[in-house]
Amino acid sequence: MKANKIPIGPFHPLLEEAEYFELKVEGETVVDIDMEIGWMHRGHEYISEMKTFTQSIYLVERICGICSTSHPLACVHAVEDIDNIEIPLRARYIRTLVGELERIHSHLLWIGLAGHFIGYDTLWMWVWKYREPVLEMFEIISGNRNHYGMMRVGGVAKDVEPEKITELYKHLDMIEKKMVMVANVVRDDPVLRSRLKGVGVLTHEAAVAYCATGPTSRASGVPWDVRRDEPTDAYDLVDFEVIVLPNGDVYDKAVVRVLEVIESCKIIRQCLEKLKTAQGSILNNVKEISPGEGIGRYEAPRGEVFHYIRSDGTNRPIRHKVRAPSFVNIPTFTASCKGIPIADALITLASVDPCYCCTERSLKIIDSSCESRQIDLLKSSREKTERIRREVHGN
Amino acid sequence: MGWYNKRLAKSLWVFHASGSPCNNCDIEILDLITPRYDIERLGLKLVGSVRHADVLLVTGIFNQKIAPKIKKIYDQAPKPIFVVAIGTCVSSGCCFKDSYNITEKPESIIPIDMFVPGCPPKPEAMIEAVAKLMGVLNG
Repeated sequence: MKANKIPIGPFHPLLEEAEYFELKVEGETVVDIDMEIGWMHRGHEYISEMKTFTQSIYLVERICGICSTSHPLACVHAVEDIDNIEIPLRARYIRTLVGELERIHSHLLWIGLAGHFIGYDTLWMWVWKYREPVLEMFEIISGNRNHYGMMRVGGVAKDVEPEKITELYKHLDMIEKKMVMVANVVRDDPVLRSRLKGVGVLTHEAAVAYCATGPTSRASGVPWDVRRDEPTDAYDLVDFEVIVLPNGDVYDKAVVRVLEVIESCKIIRQCLEKLKTAQGSILNNVKEISPGEGIGRYEAPRGEVFHYIRSDGTNRPIRHKVRAPSFVNIPTFTASCKGIPIADALITLASVDPCYCCTERSLKIIDSSCESRQIDLLKSSREKTERIRREVHGN
Repeated sequence: MGWYNKRLAKSLWVFHASGSPCNNCDIEILDLITPRYDIERLGLKLVGSVRHADVLLVTGIFNQKIAPKIKKIYDQAPKPIFVVAIGTCVSSGCCFKDSYNITEKPESIIPIDMFVPGCPPKPEAMIEAVAKLMGVLNG
């Protein structure tokens, strides 16, 4: 049968961000997927080299509006890694608290949008309604609903005072109750189950081969979580479970996320409990960053985020490299989309919770034909080197 | 066009096109139509095509790849269309104004009628912008 191409985007009613997909279909079945990104490229790494270490925290916060704690956290981890800066205990708990609140709001956002994508708007409206108290908690802690500006090299910017903690508890109790309800809805609802079960399967082998991270890989049975395996901040001081499910379909990805939300509630409760007693400062004053390089990692809601910073002893980084989780999760489309009907394509595309704002800073094209293009690029680059070599040496 | 604008103000249909944002303004826009703020009570509706829209929301800086597409979307829209710029990025470039990929001025690509500053603006601020726009349309 002749293959047809279906273009999606760059502006599509279902996509918040501008991105472009090209589905190659035979009849009803998707045989290949191609995508073009770069609509969101803003050049963070370049701008970051012009900013001081403190300023670049605010910059990386604006890589993505949803991961606006994960990127700053990984960034300050990287700077702290250069000089092995100690962080006060209270600041560690506050960091964990903010990071987990972000996980809740990001996962709820995804569950709502997934409901919207499969035409289940009730789920969307309900879940986003219960996302509002999380944003209110952020407002209590940091003064802003999004873009919190909480992280600093050596600690956090704002303290969580005792009177705030009682207010946070009130919100948390409500959220936790509702999250148990949402988890039951997602797991027990017959429509969701039959719609999502077995759709867009990412096998364990494919997840490993594509180096998928976060809920995408944990739903395929890869038990990797930076929070547990290389704990930073207060993650080694709190109890939580890493949710791993075996099947790799969209249903499992959804269930991993709702169960992670409940785990996050548990972590937040422990952090608030510890914040009542843990006294001391929240910020170690860091005067200078010595020359060197450091890496920072954090388990963002979508997977592992990685920052690399090289310093030459001045107050600004001379190289700042960011690798966002969606950058490795998006190519898994090629594994999970092949052979599924068009109707399932969108929810499969959405199932990794792709964040194009995060992804687009260095590379341009990820697709199945990308390999040949890369080889071409490599080839032309080598040919040019050869040509220049000949010009220089004259033979 | 007073009579036309007055009728338009009863139910504005909104199309949302993101330039190169950090996604946050877009999420806050979606937040507007969820139960807490529920902007549909004011007659607003998010539509799937700019050809149905009376208001075009733009967010984020316009990078060199997206700028022609934004222009194209504006050209496709039936006139009159009111362009509302959400967020600091469109008004001043935010922290991206030093970027190599930014176009000089958003106003040079499409005319912008209203700016809502904030990073991201609170939903209340966006509702105020809607109210002001309706006030202008009602004369």
